[in-house]
Amino acid sequence: MHWENYTSLPEKFRNQRVFDGCGIAGFINIDGKKNNGSKITDMLTILNERENGLGAGFAAYGIYPEYRDHYALHFLFDDEPIKLDVINYLSDIGFVVQSEPIPTRTPSNVDDPPIVWRVFYDPKEKRSVSQDEQILQLVMEINENFEGAFVMSSGKNMGVFKGNGWSHEIAEYYKIKDYNAFMWLAHSRFPTNTPGWWGGAHPFNLLNTSVVHNGEITSYGTNMRYLESFGYKCTFRTDTEVIAYLFDLLCRKHKVPVEIASLALAPPLFEEIDKLKDIYQIALKNIRATYRSAMLNGPFSVVVGFSDPIPTLIGLTDRKKLRPLVVGISDDENTIYMSSEEASFKRLMLYPNNKFSFKEIWHPKSGTAVIASLESGLIRNGLERPFEKTKLTIKGV
Amino acid sequence: MEIEDKNTTIDAAPNNHPMDYKELNEKIHETLKINSKKIILDNVCGQRFIGASLQGDIEMEINGLPGNDLGIFMDGPKIIVHGNCEDQAGNTMNDGEIIVHGDGGDVIGLSARGGKIFIKQDVGYRVGIHIKEFEHKFPVIVIGGTAKDFLGEYMAGGLIIALGLKFINGSVVESEHSICGSELGTGIHRGKIILRTNEDLEGKLGIGAKVFDLMDETMKDIEPYIKEFCEIFNIPYGIIQEKPFQVIKPISKRPFGGNYCGQII
Amino acid sequence: MTLSHSMPSYFHVRVDREYCRKCKRCTTHCSYGALSFNGERIIADNSKCVACQRCVVMCPAGAIRVVENNSLLPPHGNYTRRIRNIIWAQSGNGGVLLSATGNDRPIRSIFDDLLLDACQVTNPAIDPLRETIETKVFFGRKPSKIDFKRDSENKNDISLKTEFMPNFEIDIPIMVGHMSLGSISYNACMAIYQACKELNILAGSGEGGLHPDFYEYGNNIITEVASGRFGVDINYLHNAAGIEIKIGQGAKPGHGGHLPGEKVNSLISQTRMIPKGSDALSPYPHHDIYSIEDLAQLIAALKEATRYKVPIGVKIAAVHNSAPIAVGIVRGGADFLTLDGFRGGTGAAPRIIRDHAGIPIELAIAAVDERLRQENLRDEVTLVAGGSIRYSADLIKVIALGADVAMCSLPVLIAMGCRVCQQCFKGLCSWGIATQQEYLVKRLDIDVARNRIINLFHSWNEELKEVLGAMGIDSVESLRSNRDRLRYIGPNPRIAEILGVKHAGE
Repeated sequence: MHWENYTSLPEKFRNQRVFDGCGIAGFINIDGKKNNGSKITDMLTILNERENGLGAGFAAYGIYPEYRDHYALHFLFDDEPIKLDVINYLSDIGFVVQSEPIPTRTPSNVDDPPIVWRVFYDPKEKRSVSQDEQILQLVMEINENFEGAFVMSSGKNMGVFKGNGWSHEIAEYYKIKDYNAFMWLAHSRFPTNTPGWWGGAHPFNLLNTSVVHNGEITSYGTNMRYLESFGYKCTFRTDTEVIAYLFDLLCRKHKVPVEIASLALAPPLFEEIDKLKDIYQIALKNIRATYRSAMLNGPFSVVVGFSDPIPTLIGLTDRKKLRPLVVGISDDENTIYMSSEEASFKRLMLYPNNKFSFKEIWHPKSGTAVIASLESGLIRNGLERPFEKTKLTIKGV
Repeated sequence: MEIEDKNTTIDAAPNNHPMDYKELNEKIHETLKINSKKIILDNVCGQRFIGASLQGDIEMEINGLPGNDLGIFMDGPKIIVHGNCEDQAGNTMNDGEIIVHGDGGDVIGLSARGGKIFIKQDVGYRVGIHIKEFEHKFPVIVIGGTAKDFLGEYMAGGLIIALGLKFINGSVVESEHSICGSELGTGIHRGKIILRTNEDLEGKLGIGAKVFDLMDETMKDIEPYIKEFCEIFNIPYGIIQEKPFQVIKPISKRPFGGNYCGQII
Repeated sequence: MTLSHSMPSYFHVRVDREYCRKCKRCTTHCSYGALSFNGERIIADNSKCVACQRCVVMCPAGAIRVVENNSLLPPHGNYTRRIRNIIWAQSGNGGVLLSATGNDRPIRSIFDDLLLDACQVTNPAIDPLRETIETKVFFGRKPSKIDFKRDSENKNDISLKTEFMPNFEIDIPIMVGHMSLGSISYNACMAIYQACKELNILAGSGEGGLHPDFYEYGNNIITEVASGRFGVDINYLHNAAGIEIKIGQGAKPGHGGHLPGEKVNSLISQTRMIPKGSDALSPYPHHDIYSIEDLAQLIAALKEATRYKVPIGVKIAAVHNSAPIAVGIVRGGADFLTLDGFRGGTGAAPRIIRDHAGIPIELAIAAVDERLRQENLRDEVTLVAGGSIRYSADLIKVIALGADVAMCSLPVLIAMGCRVCQQCFKGLCSWGIATQQEYLVKRLDIDVARNRIINLFHSWNEELKEVLGAMGIDSVESLRSNRDRLRYIGPNPRIAEILGVKHAGE
């Protein structure tokens, strides 16, 4: 584990692009039943060929039921003074409901661990700006202008735990096994050109959207410029950040239905579109034209968790299938699993007494989203043709 | 390790804790030094590079899920998998056999030069990419189910066959999925892809590929592989004859010759 | 011109007497009157030679060479030969010197100082030969977002509520710039329009009106409403894929079009609806656009006139404050915006303006793209960039700097045979391109010219795919404004800053 570079990269690396190879995993229990963190830790650590000890992280949904209506802000601070600065700033512009350390298990020989903190928080009621927008703005503000502070997550009844170390070390440090969540995401990182920093690990989070990502987005420059024109600040020089913001922009702000948002982010090729029914051709061509700067290019597989309006887990790969993704559904059809490799599922199946067994395991098609929601279950299995399960009507057509 | 005759069994996840791939492969190599002809691996859980650069007359049976690059650079041994396998099985294989009683992943047989890869059910993307034949070396990939996009991309020889079948509750039926995705045989300049299907493949062809009728000599050439496949996976040969075979071959040996011009400027 | 006021000519026509068969072919082919036969041999009036190479190519014996005149003026680093020639010419005729094509001063090209990125290890390159790389672009205005409504009971029922504005799908992000019938010949126009129809890209009609013979290509033509309003009638508006209001052009910012009377024959007179032989001089401003709200008014008028069926855009020359002007134009309702850099070409322009006014397109497009982005308008409008897009490297770089489509003209003419002698305004083009004289126009074979243009753009498109593939991008939309994929290697780091491009090595 690396006890340095908590809230930012060393100066000389700051403007460089960050490249990752990685392992990703996630699952959701449709009935809302909660699992502790050992299951997701096992799923992730078996993928240890995909990491190099320079970053790992977890996102857990449903972990703060007693504070479910307040924003749970997770922080990394370099030292006490900056922590106080941030808490004062928060108090000025909203209400701190509770402020406490995040429980950790720090080895005794570490001199200078980070301050890992959480604040349950309510922004003010304003007519002109929604609460979500206020949180977005304060997150951008803290990450950009408060040197020595980093916001790990800013959603409700959920949290991100991440740092610079092997995945089993991070799980150990944050006592992941003590948390109970109905939806988990996890990531182990293989950064290649920077020393790795705590904030740079995945998952990347904004409000209730968390993203774990394997691959590299070649359209980063285009995506970043598009997002910045909407007020997002891409301070981390890593492509995963833009994926999180794009989901936030399309799904939360623009209210594009998630199954259509994934078509905007990983659109079918024009030669495929030309084979579809007229109404779908019109829809897809206009979606591609309008959201062309949001399109994600380059190899990627992502697992995204968000809850606007209901908690949903999404898995998506690039349309040329350059990164792997496997999906599985449990025997009782209550849990949907996603991972970089089937090895994650195999690992669970090693548990005695068939504790975790799978009804079916499959590989989704390139560029086709797998979507599973609380209560609704598996809405899309990633094998459909565009709009296959959607009844689409277009005004005037 | 238990040694019975010339067989050896290795547990890849003792006490339900999966071994690191380095450790597992080391154990396999140690076993081979003691002259074992057959190795059985139990509880395999995604370990990579199993069978890497193995040579000789060896048989390996894998219970579980081998990870990426199964049999990479392999030259001769036979690997049987009871379960699915992950990506890149048979990567740059020179000779040998890989038989998978389950699904295969992406990029199977990348640049393979020889040997046989038989996958019982479905496979993923870019299967058989850049396999090549030379003189007597002839790679063969047979898929019992269906494949996805880019099947046989850049093929430079050898044979790929897909049968479009599905296995449910012990019986063999026709798969309801499409036999292949788009960009079929894109960049192919030698070799054949043979698909057992009624589908119209014109719209799925990649660059430089064309659909041809199945000639009698071709059927004679491929029949032995199909029969072998059916025997291994208990497929009644009769069902094979219920659909026609379509053959995908290159239009030319130099599909991109016209793309470039070398004038002095 | 008296002898004491004659400058040495730039070119010498050298006829090799050993090979010359005295067939006199060269004397008929030279349209500038530089060659004649004196009864015994071919003689050259070197002062008339423009080095268009027609005689060289047409001589059956290959006996002609056109060489630079080595006869020296006393050398001077400041009063260059060119400057001395300019002074001499103006002292002789007292007028504004004309020139054509684009700026030919050796000002450093910023495109040449930009390098492209490629993928290594952390990202795979994509193979354009075997995997699809998309170069299709949508030309027109897009909404800022799409409104969907999901039925509360049947969650799979979704309705799309946004109404879309007309967009044109083009297969390659290239547009042929506006070259009017008048500045170039009928045959040249026909070759261009036929090529564009075949390639499914757009061509500009220039401000010369639209000849009825070209209506069938209307789906691939953007017509121009310029200050002279030549030929702008209902057919002109209804037979086009889009309409562009020309406020300016890169070659001559602040000036209008200029077609010398020599080029206004009966064909031109009819198409432009002006008297034969008169100079077609467009006013400098549009006389109904004196401020930004007037422009918005004209845009709205054109939208009404075309029943909102086609995109309406505006072209401006790249000048010092292009960025705020661009914002105004987009807010005024333009569906597309064309920026023409200072190196843009023309059939005729005062040399002083052509050579000295405007700013480079590289800087202009980067500034406009950035400013529109800051105002959250960039993605709604199509940006076209022109002004010396010479070959595919420029095309790729201008897209990475922020353009949706690149506009080029001179490469098209060169494909058809132009040697860039810069004498278009004389109307004597021996290749049949920039002339209206029938005996010259006949020399340009429409089929051959069309095929050469198609070949040219086809190879640019393939090169675009090669570069996109090397960058690991499979759609040109992901290259647009992706300045991260460029690096600057020139002498002035301030330029890199303005472009928003990092220096090579960073």
